[in-house]
Amino acid sequence: MYSFLIFWSIVVIFPMIWVIISAFKTDAEIFFSPWAPPAELMWDNFVRAWSKANIGLYLMNTLAVNLPAIFFTLLFSAMAAYVLARFEFPGNRFIFYAFLGGMLFPIFLALVPLFFLLNSMQLLDSRLGLILVYIAYSLPFTVFFMTGFFKTLPTELLEAATIDGANNFQLFFLVAIPLAQNGLVSMGIFNFLGMWNQYILPLVLTTSNEKYMLSQGLAFLQHQQRYQSDWSGLFAAVVIVMLPTMLVYIVFQNQIQRGLTVGALKG
Amino acid sequence: MNRHKYRVIIPFLAPAVILYLTFVIYPYVRSMYNSFTSWKGVSANQPFVGLYNYQRMINDEFFWNALWHNVQYLLFLPAIILFLSLFLAFVISQGVKGSKFYRVVFFFPQVVLVISIAVLWSYIYHPTVGILTSIAEFLHMEPFFRLFGFDGIPVWVGDPRTVRLSIGAVVVWQSAGFYMILFLAAMEGIPNSFYEAATLDGATRWHQFWKITIPLLWDTMQTAMVYVGLLAFNMFAITQVMVVSGSSTGRPADVLATYLYEQAFLASRFGYATAIGVALFLLMLTLSALTMRVTRRESVEF
Repeated sequence: MYSFLIFWSIVVIFPMIWVIISAFKTDAEIFFSPWAPPAELMWDNFVRAWSKANIGLYLMNTLAVNLPAIFFTLLFSAMAAYVLARFEFPGNRFIFYAFLGGMLFPIFLALVPLFFLLNSMQLLDSRLGLILVYIAYSLPFTVFFMTGFFKTLPTELLEAATIDGANNFQLFFLVAIPLAQNGLVSMGIFNFLGMWNQYILPLVLTTSNEKYMLSQGLAFLQHQQRYQSDWSGLFAAVVIVMLPTMLVYIVFQNQIQRGLTVGALKG
Repeated sequence: MNRHKYRVIIPFLAPAVILYLTFVIYPYVRSMYNSFTSWKGVSANQPFVGLYNYQRMINDEFFWNALWHNVQYLLFLPAIILFLSLFLAFVISQGVKGSKFYRVVFFFPQVVLVISIAVLWSYIYHPTVGILTSIAEFLHMEPFFRLFGFDGIPVWVGDPRTVRLSIGAVVVWQSAGFYMILFLAAMEGIPNSFYEAATLDGATRWHQFWKITIPLLWDTMQTAMVYVGLLAFNMFAITQVMVVSGSSTGRPADVLATYLYEQAFLASRFGYATAIGVALFLLMLTLSALTMRVTRRESVEF
């Protein structure tokens, strides 16, 4: 039984090691001797992938969209969730379930109208458009999760602050947000990985090459290989994309595992 | 505070509600309507055609082709992924040496960009560059594949007979670790005393697994089953990267999501594509409801 663990480890790790080793080879070595180590480390593959194949640019595009999108997802979700969890008002339940219902729909159903909506708002092929769409589609789960989180927070601190004369905005930003830190971190990681892997939205909403997101850019390079081969460059690109997330994961594994699986566990 | 509460409620809710209505609710509602039009996207003119798109869908062999592939994924992926991840979780939970290592490693594919996994695997499957073919050659597996009517070692993604198997294997490779972690987390919640009592009663490990672990994990398994079921109805990114859509090798790999994308953004049949989207939505909804219903049991409290 334990030997299966070793077997599965090899199955998981081996492809990754193979791509890392291949990324240092020449095209001829990749083609004629897929198993042999490189005769010489071709660092140039990485330079080519980064600048000529635009991986560097795609990475910057991705961060320029994902970081603001995550910040505002967390802010807007926390604000909405705080109100939904703490205040009684007509329509409270309705709004909560309306957010919840959004999780039922496959994104493919929305693609066509979304494309034309952004087109009519002059937001097609723009970072702002992608940021707004990313926030909107991250809201349902984040609002749902944060509402549950705010409900479990002890009310004593909030009440004490009210007696001290804090207004509602101070209460939210100075008391509630710091208390909700753990939930926000989980949701930050969850949404970051979701947006990092997002493929269909940028594929539909971004059209010019210099604005491509990482997923889209890598898929573009892959399709381009069919006409002009630069295997070593593509392998290097895969490694550039793969390694940083793996390193971050090794450092923050517990938070990341928790942040990712939180989506499937009952809130 | 009560008097002024709307001064808080409204501005706090507004950004989320406005974004959600504009970019999520509106497109969904709109696409329900669009599926009854023959919209080509070029003009503001959207002729209402009633159920025409749905009729066309029923007579479209490529639609059924794509749907059949989703069904195939649905028949195999949940069973394989859940069995594999449950088995891995069970073995690790027995307190093996290096369990920390396995937890980290098995989860790796989950943190790597999905598209980079698709690119990586399309080279593993590559008939000349890839390592899978040379492993099969090294093991002299040609006679084995001839049994199934191949001329030798199959060309994996390039062969209509093996393309879905190849893509499905990548999905298993990628997601087993995720569900393993999910099950491990749930297993840790089971009190040790249950197992101790069972051991005293002379129950084997295997027995304990079926009689204690599985029943107490039922809720988590149910969630996981819905997730993998929905995954089988997606498959977009990996398929789209590993196979050129619409090409001769493309149709055998088509799933509803790739067919929808092709109809909308390559063929500009927007009305028809949204009808496919509605079908996809209804299928997913039915599937989730069915899974919940069929797997419903008295949940065991502890």
